[in-house]
Amino acid sequence: MQRALVLELDIPSSPEFIAIVRLVVASVASARRALADERIDDLKLAVSEACTNAIEANRSIRPNAPVHIEIWESPDRLEVTIEDSGPGFDPEKLSFPPPVTDPERLNFERGLGIPLIKTLVDSASFVRTDSGTSVRMTVFGGPVNGDDTATIYIDVSQLPGLPDAE
Amino acid sequence: MELGLEVDDSRRPYTVLAVKGEVDVYTAPRLREKLVELVSQGKHQIVVDLEGVDFLDSTGLGVLVGGLKRLRSHDGDLTLVCTHQRILKVFEITGLTKVFSIYGTVDEAVAE
Repeated sequence: MQRALVLELDIPSSPEFIAIVRLVVASVASARRALADERIDDLKLAVSEACTNAIEANRSIRPNAPVHIEIWESPDRLEVTIEDSGPGFDPEKLSFPPPVTDPERLNFERGLGIPLIKTLVDSASFVRTDSGTSVRMTVFGGPVNGDDTATIYIDVSQLPGLPDAE
Repeated sequence: MELGLEVDDSRRPYTVLAVKGEVDVYTAPRLREKLVELVSQGKHQIVVDLEGVDFLDSTGLGVLVGGLKRLRSHDGDLTLVCTHQRILKVFEITGLTKVFSIYGTVDEAVAE
């Protein structure tokens, strides 16, 4: 079994869709990987953080662009990538909240997402692409069984009743 | 996905706000609005009961930190009730267990 794409998903850049991504990722991880519940919860949280950042990035310059999610499997790991079409950022230049003993800590209501992602999954990379940012989160662990993978593609951005894409 | 928010005023001087559901960037604004509303009503001792919360991310944490800050500026406090390890873990990873008082039950929280 080589590295294979299990599932692709596009969502509109709107917060109500993040819950769908959490559900899909948790379901795939739980059904296909031998992972403890706590690790799946960690992955769900990391995915939620990454989607939140991606939506914010898209909304700043390309609000009608979707957030693109992929789930890849290898014999020893599961990878979730989340891609946006935003302005990009320099992961080295982020400011982090001061320590909890500092009263200034109460002024940091945001900016926790990326440090959280790095703690929650086994490996996280943040890459600038030609069009935005791609976050890849890896959780090590073997498969539940050795079935072949079929790729599933879901385009939630085409659901009726949503604002028209440009 | 709606966030459940129930206010219990029967434990004066404490106001208990029970939250149910998932707190993320979509639902967190409702929680923030409710906290702002309670403060504007003069309720400065707020206990946020997270026992009904299935999911909480950094947006939710941010709203709680903001609420704590707002209440402390009124000489009040915001404390939490939470026993589910999945939710406690988020506070632990971010060091916020040192910022918030977290209790096992509402009774313990209002006994202070």
